[in-house]
Amino acid sequence: MYGYMGMILRVNLSERKVKKEELDLNIAQKYLGSRGLGVKILMDEVDPKVDPLSPDNKLIIATGALTGAPVPTSGRYMVITKSPLTGGIAIANSGGKWGASLKATGHDLIIFEGKADKPVYLCIEDDKVEIRDADHVWGKTTEEATKILQDEVKDSNVLCIGPAGENLSLIAAVMNDVDRAAGRGGVGAVMGSKNLKAVVVKGTKKVNLYDEERVKEVSSNKIKILREDPVAGQGLPSYGTAVLVNIINENGVFPVKNFQEAYTADADLISGETLAEKHLVRKNACFRCPIACGRVVKLADGSVVGGPEYETIWAFGADCGVFDLNAINEANFLCNEYGLDTISTGATIAAAMELYQRGYIKDEDIEADGLSLKWGDPKAITGWVKKMGLKEGFGAKLAQGSYRLAESYGVPELSMTVKRQELPAYDPRGIQGHGINYAVNNRGGCHIKGYMINPEILGYPEKLDRLALEGKPAYTKVFHDLTAVIDSIGLCLFTTFGLGLHDYVEMYNAVCGDIYNDETLLEAGERIWNLEKLFNLRAGISSSEDKLPKRLTEDPIPEGPSKGHVHHLSELLPQYYVARGWDENGIPTEETLKRLGLEDYIKYLGLAEA
Amino acid sequence: MIKVEVRLFATFREGRGKKQILYLEEDTEISEVLNKLNIKTEEIGILLLNGLDGSIDRKLKDGDVIALFPPVGGG
Repeated sequence: MYGYMGMILRVNLSERKVKKEELDLNIAQKYLGSRGLGVKILMDEVDPKVDPLSPDNKLIIATGALTGAPVPTSGRYMVITKSPLTGGIAIANSGGKWGASLKATGHDLIIFEGKADKPVYLCIEDDKVEIRDADHVWGKTTEEATKILQDEVKDSNVLCIGPAGENLSLIAAVMNDVDRAAGRGGVGAVMGSKNLKAVVVKGTKKVNLYDEERVKEVSSNKIKILREDPVAGQGLPSYGTAVLVNIINENGVFPVKNFQEAYTADADLISGETLAEKHLVRKNACFRCPIACGRVVKLADGSVVGGPEYETIWAFGADCGVFDLNAINEANFLCNEYGLDTISTGATIAAAMELYQRGYIKDEDIEADGLSLKWGDPKAITGWVKKMGLKEGFGAKLAQGSYRLAESYGVPELSMTVKRQELPAYDPRGIQGHGINYAVNNRGGCHIKGYMINPEILGYPEKLDRLALEGKPAYTKVFHDLTAVIDSIGLCLFTTFGLGLHDYVEMYNAVCGDIYNDETLLEAGERIWNLEKLFNLRAGISSSEDKLPKRLTEDPIPEGPSKGHVHHLSELLPQYYVARGWDENGIPTEETLKRLGLEDYIKYLGLAEA
Repeated sequence: MIKVEVRLFATFREGRGKKQILYLEEDTEISEVLNKLNIKTEEIGILLLNGLDGSIDRKLKDGDVIALFPPVGGG
């Protein structure tokens, strides 16, 4: 078998049993790997109406087809499960070294079922797989737990949850290699609900290559393209994604104070340029990555830790009215330590700050915590992260995310979420295609699975007018499908700065066998997107939830270069459904499912609600 | 005379600072501003005029703000 290792681990935590199963190659190739394969397994094995934090949910941790292979950025893996935050599919992606390390043990993916009766961790050393007690690391932060476990299993890579996942925070992340995160959708809570603290991996096996000579040639060609691309080769390594702060702000689409504003004169204080100048120690790369967008920064106390992405800088920065990079770096570090999704955590604090601004949250509600919810308070962003991670005081409420918080005060519209997941760092009122992505994304408020910022702001692969409506729905669909491909083959989305669909076909075919062409590979992405949609429909997430917060469709941006604009979703949404081959209610048609080889799932269309 | 603000970002700041105020003849084109700043068209990743896509042949007006970025990106 080429590309794939051919082995699945099925771990029943209730019975403390590990079973090895052969990977069905046809299914693996049809759904590509990690995201696609994980969704397929979840769809077939889990009732989508299940309580996500019950033992009946399954947690799938999966590598991609090319993870571990000698092609650039082949370090990615994903966590797939039913999200306790949105109630739909969770598909969280992470880099670092852990994914390649799992593949090197000879396993493509792990399915966790049930719930252990006390804290455990899974240890995989090549063929040796053991469920071990984890009492001694339960309660420990990411760094502490990782250190202890790496001491027990030398030269291993550690994936774990922090206290937030243990405490079932709906915005808890799964961490790996200390500062990388499969962040969104509350996947950390699912892991915590199973009493599973960590997965420790150490492997020596190599991926079998279909055509070794071709792999070498193709790989070196793609590395060259990435090195010569100005973004992948210079911009990202120099500034990281933080470079977006000034770009997004200059376009007037930089959300400030929970999307009440979209432009600030203070953006440069928290920009990638300032981060590089004042706090950066060095850049960091994932497994086999020539781009190295990762940041390593020095905190105010002198410690050297993983630094923030653009989204994180925004969520704890502009979204909370804070323009202090020291505080933001600290908040990022604390999120890693407690195991929290930085986007949802910062955005939830921002929502709380607006609720406080408007008098819903009162001083007496937060008095005991000794922290404020005033806009711009740097102590608030670091202080509340800790309380959220430990589920302490008012932090326990915040740990459930902004939607449930705002809803509890009767004003859910003040939570800037879609399908209960917090929107990331771009104001869709000034970026029409990206707004479609926000509204229809299968995992709720998400930027990256349909990153229309690339064409609409950055000009990749071509520059579109961000305010135009024409052509945006169909373009967004292509981005959704292509992202599903790149996710599922285990490569990094930042290869799109330089590479195109055909490059992925070349890499897949050289490693796994001549199976795909441009058309059929993109179609595999479309297949995965439709399967996710079916899961969501069965879970009870109807297309009526393909919408944006009222503020973004009704209140124009008040100031700045994009002043006066709203998002025109009502005009764009029907066109997206048409582009998808779905009916006017946003339900996949029989014809579309047949075309995509999803006939087995047509039976679920009757149960789907409009 | 018109007054124009040029905002420089990322590597464009090297040797040029973060911001420059220029006093120019009426109808000066953006391309002339680039010449003044010693920035070649090929070096530009993003060119914004008052926050919207700008083109180098555009004639400037009093109070215009130009933002210049080399090719940079993220996610």
